[in-house]
Amino acid sequence: MSIATYTKFELLRTFRNRRFFIFSLVFPLVLYYLIAGPNRNETDLSGTGISAPTYFMVGLAGFGTMMASISSGARIAAERQIGWSRQLRITPLSRRTYLGTKVLTAYLMALVSLLLLYVAGLTLGVSIDAGRWVAMTALILVGLIPFAAAGIALGHLVSTDAIGPAVGGVVSLLAFLGGTWFPITSGVLKDIAQALPSYWINQASHVAIGGRAWGAEGWAIMAAWSIATIALAGWAYRRDTKRQ
Amino acid sequence: MSYPVLMETFGAPGAEPAAPGVALRGLTKTFASPTGPVRAVRGIDVTIAPGETVALLGPNGAGKSTTIDMILGLAEPDSGAARVFGTSPTGAVDAGRVSAMLQTGGLVEYLSVRELVEMMASLYPDPLAVDDAIALTGIGDIAGQPTRKLSGGQTQRVRAALALVADPDLLILDEPTVAMDVEGRHAFWETMRAFAARGKTILFATHYLEEADAYADRAVLMAHGRIVADGPTNEIKAMVGSRTIKATLAGASTTTLTGLPGVTAVEQRGAAWVLSCQDSDAAIRALLQAHPEAKDIEIAAAGLEAAFLELTGGEDDDTEELAA
Repeated sequence: MSIATYTKFELLRTFRNRRFFIFSLVFPLVLYYLIAGPNRNETDLSGTGISAPTYFMVGLAGFGTMMASISSGARIAAERQIGWSRQLRITPLSRRTYLGTKVLTAYLMALVSLLLLYVAGLTLGVSIDAGRWVAMTALILVGLIPFAAAGIALGHLVSTDAIGPAVGGVVSLLAFLGGTWFPITSGVLKDIAQALPSYWINQASHVAIGGRAWGAEGWAIMAAWSIATIALAGWAYRRDTKRQ
Repeated sequence: MSYPVLMETFGAPGAEPAAPGVALRGLTKTFASPTGPVRAVRGIDVTIAPGETVALLGPNGAGKSTTIDMILGLAEPDSGAARVFGTSPTGAVDAGRVSAMLQTGGLVEYLSVRELVEMMASLYPDPLAVDDAIALTGIGDIAGQPTRKLSGGQTQRVRAALALVADPDLLILDEPTVAMDVEGRHAFWETMRAFAARGKTILFATHYLEEADAYADRAVLMAHGRIVADGPTNEIKAMVGSRTIKATLAGASTTTLTGLPGVTAVEQRGAAWVLSCQDSDAAIRALLQAHPEAKDIEIAAAGLEAAFLELTGGEDDDTEELAA
């Protein structure tokens, strides 16, 4: 039995899927150039002291990786539809290896998406202190755990017809409530935002532009989301044995 | 009942009685459906010895696939138990002792046929060599092709390779030849026959009596979620392999036709007569002697559906059972 061989082919077939690749990776890049390109010489965006290319790169880093990691659910839904999940289930492949490989794939997609965005940022003159850049990336990767797990859960719960809107809807709603599109600074909205993983992804990406890293509260909330979504993913996988 | 003392005394030293390949005891499974509960499997008992090749024969909706799901641990029985080589279905799956070609199933894309077989082989503790699995199933010519560019018959052969590369002790095939042409079917069953010859246990579901007859030692007949017959395939074939003779006859009567050898029932349809036969060869010879003027003669296999209707009395006892 070789987990390495199985993982190798899982990654290979993900990265060979050009359609998926383009939507997950190229789409955020195009969006970035469309928004930041025309404002590339804006060095002080709305009085924040931050240049436009930097601001939008950091913003898209959070959103793009959330999207890239949760969208592994779409591939799972497609595999279920053709009966591949049932085929795998009658092999000795363990639940841990199956889920671990799915998470790894989601992470690599997110990481590649992030690196491409950084390169795009550099072409528009983004300059961030290397230490902050690393800190931001590390925190984002930790913060993606619940999104990768939620993608797996959705993939095993939702049909192929509904998975696109489900994934897009969940991320858009979380991004909106978590303050990805506009800052949430006070009131009930802030209480809601702070309970969401998207808020802490935003906080992570803002480390690059002078924000503070997560405090104890951030770590506790993200740990809770991670445990809950991993449990949900495991449960969804276990019960999903029916013929489609 | 077991007799531990006798076993100890008379059994060969260290030899345990071999556990059956498959043992189903009082298995039941009911599904919810929009039109009410469907009792897919209604209490079946089957024992398959290691090394046997058994056909699970029945019309669509007989409960064959549900039974297979329970043997593979893909469905939990509502009551009763399934054991595979003396362990639970999931235990046997985890040990890599079982593999299957399920009835429905596509292949994941963006891999070549060979890569997919390699990927599957990597999941088993003691797989066949990838090249052997490819050669066995005759897919050498398409091994380099992407899985998305295969015909229906090619896909089935690749799925067979994915099941065989596991080198399982129990191989389950759920209507495996549906998408294949006649030649493909023949080649497929020759492969399976060679596999069975290595002492492997094979259980296959089919609704072709001919496949059961040609490739199984034994056939288990299912209808309406029950087992209606279980025995050597030649006996089963005699039981359900009835034929009908249809012919236009002059001056025939029910009494004389019923008296012909091999004929079990007679029915008049206008100028034509339909004879149900247990032995159609004897019946046609006698018929032509008695009625040399016979024309428009057709001899047809009654088909499984008709045979099953006969065996089960033609009644679906759903209503009565659910009310009870």
